[in-house]
Amino acid sequence: MSAVQAAARPSRFSLALRDSATMVRRNLLHARRYPSLTLNLLLTPVMLLLLFVYVFGDVMSAGLGGGGRSAYVAYLVPGLLLMTIGSTAVGTAVSVSMDMTEGIVARFRTMAVHRGSVLVGHVVGSVLKAVLSVVVVGLVAVAIGFRSTDATALEWLAAFGLLVLFATALTWIAVGMGLGAPNAEAASNNATPLILLPLLSSAFVPVEGMPGWFRPVAEYQPFTPAIETLRGLLLGSEIGHNGWLAAGWCVALTALGYFWSAASFARDPK
Amino acid sequence: MTDLAIAANGLRKSYGDRTVLDGVDLAVPEGTIFSLLGPNGAGKTTAVKILSTLVAADAGDVRVAGHDLSADPQAVRAAIGVTGQFSAVDGLITGEENMLLMADLNHLPKAEGRRVAAELLERFDLADAARKPASTYSGGMKRRLDIAMTLVGGPRIIFLDEPTTGLDPRSRHNMWQIIRELVTGGVTVFLTTQYLEEADELADRIAVLHEGRIAAEGTAEQLKRIVPGGHVRLRFTDPAAYRTAAAALTEASRDDDALALQLPSDGTQRELRAILDHLDAVGIEADELTLHTPDLDDVFFALTEAAVVPAPSAVPSKETVR
Repeated sequence: MSAVQAAARPSRFSLALRDSATMVRRNLLHARRYPSLTLNLLLTPVMLLLLFVYVFGDVMSAGLGGGGRSAYVAYLVPGLLLMTIGSTAVGTAVSVSMDMTEGIVARFRTMAVHRGSVLVGHVVGSVLKAVLSVVVVGLVAVAIGFRSTDATALEWLAAFGLLVLFATALTWIAVGMGLGAPNAEAASNNATPLILLPLLSSAFVPVEGMPGWFRPVAEYQPFTPAIETLRGLLLGSEIGHNGWLAAGWCVALTALGYFWSAASFARDPK
Repeated sequence: MTDLAIAANGLRKSYGDRTVLDGVDLAVPEGTIFSLLGPNGAGKTTAVKILSTLVAADAGDVRVAGHDLSADPQAVRAAIGVTGQFSAVDGLITGEENMLLMADLNHLPKAEGRRVAAELLERFDLADAARKPASTYSGGMKRRLDIAMTLVGGPRIIFLDEPTTGLDPRSRHNMWQIIRELVTGGVTVFLTTQYLEEADELADRIAVLHEGRIAAEGTAEQLKRIVPGGHVRLRFTDPAAYRTAAAALTEASRDDDALALQLPSDGTQRELRAILDHLDAVGIEADELTLHTPDLDDVFFALTEAAVVPAPSAVPSKETVR
């Protein structure tokens, strides 16, 4: 390519950016056309929130040292916000898997489109949906009495940053799960750990209340450090080493999911 | 020398121990329609997938639009448009949104993208359905949208993988018209089909793909010359008449079971008259006379069924004269 042409043409980077933006728009258009797909995924965390607060709340709080239902709302919400992210990630795995079986993705592969843009579209779209879902669950939490009035603006910002990072990490993993699955059902099965892990974390009960042999698993799996960090930021509890652990998990899962997805997508389609 | 839109040498591809393409050579001049003809499973789709950069070949040199396929796939992609066998439309969004998506991915400016999308939707008779989700379209509409999307970027080479499979006769003829119009604009069309009629109708050159190799290549006329000429078949119901006719027409090959005679013929009026005169002379009337001229079916069966050309009686007649 001559220098004149090169100058006239937009750079590779700006084309990659443009293609990715197009793919994000496509992803959000899907979400807007079929909001039920996103909303269904919100149902589980909201139901769990209401169930644990109104049905089990009194008993659970007794085990946490009293304070009644309102004390348990405060304990529960950070975990459920992160569980919401896990839940939307399952949706991502399913929609990526469905998308790959569509002829349209084969078409994208035969066009002079930036290769990664299809995946970037899914990831950015899903992270936006996850953040939106967290906001919705957060509003429900506030409506039933959750308050975080002691947190500073900086802590709020850090909490938001943590949620975005965690959503990015789980989404890349979910994209990898979706690409690795032969069909939507398998993708959904692959992604089940993203729903189960919060149940085995400190989201509902403290790790100290679990059997001794299981405690290390619950303590060091990705959700618990993130939950403890979010709790600390929103409610002022002790964060300790959980902040670093959470950040480490986010970076590691993002990198793993990214390379896994990129390798899967680069393979020849069947 | 004309420039080649597609040039492939020694193309090979196998999946596991199943060889799909076993040394395929192709040369498609610019601005022509080239048809790759073959039965199901012959490797047509695999060939399209390789030429359109979707899957990598195991071996072979391929240049598409002047660019080396393996060295610069993005340059190839910028020059081609592909409509695969299975519709490559996004069913969750509307026809218009599909078109605008293509405009964005082809990096057209916003206004131009809208104009091109509207024009193509109009041209492919989809303007009324433009605001409906593509998943609600009929088979023919999806196929039209598919091709319209392929054209958004103004590709110079278009791959159409079995574009009329599953379409009703009317939609098929519309599709043929669309394909002819594409070429008048200077576009090269690489078409796969399992319909001989379609290749005969559209293609400047035809290659017959059989068991991973090109069994024959040429114009429809050249291919038809491969098989021996046509014949006239006379059928009788009366065994006595059959025997008399067989005795009179000594050059005919006999089918005693069917009481039928077969005479080589090029189908000219003079030859037919000669046969009829001959029959009149011995006072015999055939109960049925069929004239068979070689068509692509013959070529196809001859090339794909066996190494030797089968007896012409194995192929269906094209025309019946009584």
